[in-house]
Amino acid sequence: MVGTAHPTKAPIVTSEERKKLLQDLLVKKDSGGLKTKDRLAIPPQEMPEQDATARCRNVGEVALGYTEEQARLEAMRCLQCRNAPCVEGCPVRIRIRDFTGAIAEGDYRQALAIIKENSLLPAVCGRVCPQEVQCQEKCTVGLSLKDVSKAVSIGRLERFVADWRDERVPPSRVAGILPASRGQDALDTKEQGRNALSPSHLPTFSPSSTPTVAPPTGMKVAIIGSGPGGIVAAADTRRAGHEVTVFEAFHKPGGVMVYGIPEFRLPKAIVQQEIETLRKMGVKIVTNFIVGRTRTIEQLMKEDGFDAVYIGVGAGLPSFMNIEGESLVGVYSANEYLTRANLMKAYQFGSGADTPIARSKRVAVVGGGNVAMDSARTAVRLGAEKVYLIYRRTEKEMPARVEEVHHAKQEGVDFHLLQNPKRILGDASGSVVALECLRYELGEPDASGRRRPVAIPGSEFQIDVDTVIIAIGNQANPLIRQTTPGLGFNKWGNLIVDENCKTSMEGVYAGGDIVLGAATVILAMGQGRIAAAAMNEYLAKKRECRKS
Amino acid sequence: MSHKIVSKRQVGEDVFWAQVEAPLIAKARKPGQFIILSIDGDGSERIPLTIAGVNPGSGTIELIWQRVGKTTAALADLKEGDEIANIAGPLGTPTHIERFGTVVCVGGGIGNAPLLPIATALKQAGNRVISILGARDRSRLILEDRFAEVSDELIVCTDDGSYRRKALVTEPLKEVCQRSPKPDHAFVIGPTLMMKFCCEVTRPFGVPTQVSLNTIMVDGTGMCGGCRVEVDGAPKFVCVDGPEFDGHKVNFDLMIKRMNAYKKQEQQAYEEYKQHRCKIGL
Ligand SMILES: Cc1cc2nc3c(=O)[nH]c(=O)nc-3n(C[C@H](O)[C@H](O)[C@H](O)COP(=O)(O)OP(=O)(O)OC[C@H]3O[C@@H](n4cnc5c(N)ncnc54)[C@H](O)[C@@H]3O)c2cc1C
Ligand code: SF4
Ligand code: SF4
Ligand code: FES
Repeated sequence: MVGTAHPTKAPIVTSEERKKLLQDLLVKKDSGGLKTKDRLAIPPQEMPEQDATARCRNVGEVALGYTEEQARLEAMRCLQCRNAPCVEGCPVRIRIRDFTGAIAEGDYRQALAIIKENSLLPAVCGRVCPQEVQCQEKCTVGLSLKDVSKAVSIGRLERFVADWRDERVPPSRVAGILPASRGQDALDTKEQGRNALSPSHLPTFSPSSTPTVAPPTGMKVAIIGSGPGGIVAAADTRRAGHEVTVFEAFHKPGGVMVYGIPEFRLPKAIVQQEIETLRKMGVKIVTNFIVGRTRTIEQLMKEDGFDAVYIGVGAGLPSFMNIEGESLVGVYSANEYLTRANLMKAYQFGSGADTPIARSKRVAVVGGGNVAMDSARTAVRLGAEKVYLIYRRTEKEMPARVEEVHHAKQEGVDFHLLQNPKRILGDASGSVVALECLRYELGEPDASGRRRPVAIPGSEFQIDVDTVIIAIGNQANPLIRQTTPGLGFNKWGNLIVDENCKTSMEGVYAGGDIVLGAATVILAMGQGRIAAAAMNEYLAKKRECRKS
Repeated sequence: MSHKIVSKRQVGEDVFWAQVEAPLIAKARKPGQFIILSIDGDGSERIPLTIAGVNPGSGTIELIWQRVGKTTAALADLKEGDEIANIAGPLGTPTHIERFGTVVCVGGGIGNAPLLPIATALKQAGNRVISILGARDRSRLILEDRFAEVSDELIVCTDDGSYRRKALVTEPLKEVCQRSPKPDHAFVIGPTLMMKFCCEVTRPFGVPTQVSLNTIMVDGTGMCGGCRVEVDGAPKFVCVDGPEFDGHKVNFDLMIKRMNAYKKQEQQAYEEYKQHRCKIGL
């Protein structure tokens, strides 16, 4: 089915060639439209990246973002399927076909507006969504080319329009690897493509505009936790005119997006921008406030006059393996390791940051998810000479985003698959010196459908390491449960909510990792939205009652 | 929301006391709880400090700390009217206070600070309170007067004999345990090694002994696991499960090793800070 209109074998690499291709396609589109085979023949656009060696020495973002021509070319790969199966794969049902169509037209403002109908954080989700198992998994282009990695890069396009809007992401701080100037591209395209961008079409994006807020309702909303769910719930309830306060335990808002996901994957400036937008909308953000300890939910509602509460406290309590040696010096939970590195900037220790982190030379990271990849790649950047990733299944079963696995390998992380730690060995001072592992093989599929790894008896071997980072997941944060009688929790300690994200307590809603277990940014965001809609409805009714 | 230092003074060799604005914490805090602070913005270290007292009326909390590293030294250099950027709390599970009968409260060094509110609450709950306070030397002994107010009996000792009895706290503790009737409960707060040895003293007498652990902490909300200790063979998180534990079940040796984890780097930061201080003429 692959068309022959354009060479598909030799990848188009230079900006000139891309411009030429875009121009040709635009001409063709104008005179009769692009056929499916034309679209399928457009080469998938590679994401410009920082060089793998250079980036191990900095914390700048790895993926640099599409240029404008790349974005338009990639958007033209979308077949505009009538039934748009991709939308089914997106947890918040973004109208993907319509926004890719707008990008192909060069109307990025429209594209962004379409995305924002369903997602408040496109710059974040475009970067961190596991697209290959969500929207892109269902994409017809990927299916036609029998390769999900050749699906339309929906996430990258989403990132492109989100970044384009206000150029808020500073160009990479590393000299020599600046992304191609987008402004220049826009002008070039205009000159070359007959119909491309007339001056009146030229996007004149102003700095992100603040959403309008309805007149005050006199109702007060408390949002507990400033992760993606909390941010969205705050924005949506504030828009309805309620007085909204976000309470955050840490000294900096943003949740996992600031203390978990590293800078090289999600620049903190993006999250900061979203927080600023909340502030501009009049949302009050109170940091260093631990609900349950500083004030309880009951006090907030009964004494401080909050009419509704959203609980978005995320996951907590890192899981350990309960093996010998886990209390040795040099064993971290991924949460601790990443928090020290990200939030407290331990990577700058000695030059402005005070938080120490082990100066690891040989690091073993245990786990196969995003958290494990982030830990391994952070260790690389903190100067480790050798980083091993230990995972008890195979790469196919790894829950991490494919791109992160790929990047980790590029950065020299050594993958030890079908292996699992048995014990951690220490020296006399109690510091880690080695990790003893067992080899595994895959047995029968388990309840989750993944083949269960089975240990091979007698296969023990040791790896010399000075640091072990455990990234095998979290249990639920217990603080709210311990301090809020009347809330219903399941046996794993996760909050029970109904389809509107309402808990068993009147006026109290919840979403994100505390409800779903460890989930994703987009799912947390989606729940924040659902909860906010339900809260707005609840508050409208409550207000009516109060009036009469 | 930053926190103004209302008053501050040095109360011993390397020991400082300050009263800091933190109205919500002052209102919520119960004996046994602590706070986490960082002096300024982003990269600054978060350290846990116990709350020595509160004045809900004026909305202040009392902090007592020993100058041991960069952050505690920088804190000591702040003046009245200066502000601390971040204080989060109160953290930790409050001390379980009840009428035990006779209780012995053992404080070592800076441990007297968190012990005071506990001794006070125990007294108010109708216990007979025997307090044993120890310090390396006279200049490091703190809060003697305030313990005198809440104790039925007060024993003070110094390691070098520069003040009162020359002894380690374990000596009088043993004597108190040997009395008949023996105390019904012991509360011990101080350096980790001292708590370990006090637990060894009370164990043969079967006196239940509560200790308050001061591990490394990052978030203080049960998210990072950096504060974990082994209690009764199982991992526990000091910030949410503690800070108080049954001292007879704590694996102190392991805890001491973990606490040494960052010693070298902390020392480096402290040295750099001291040099920096010299340069700017503090
Ligand atoms: C290292 C790492 C990498 C990840 N990578 C990805 C990825 O690539 N893609 C993806 O989609 N997802 C990823 N995730 C998962 C994703 O970040 C989470 O699912 C998501 O952030 C959950 O959002 P949330 O709204 O539940 O809040 P969270 O982001 O979990 O934030 C909760 C906030 O509540 C605060 N809080 C907790 N208790 C209290 C309290 N008592 N009072 C006040 N505040 C409190 C916390 O300090 C925190 O700021 C990753 C997670 C980690 C840890
Ligand atoms: S939000 Fe995530 S899943 Fe939805 S379209 Fe965007 S990248 Fe895909
Ligand atoms: S499935 Fe793929 S090709 Fe079809 S509309 Fe969605 S993104 Fe476009
Ligand atoms: S300090 Fe992080 S879990 Fe206790």
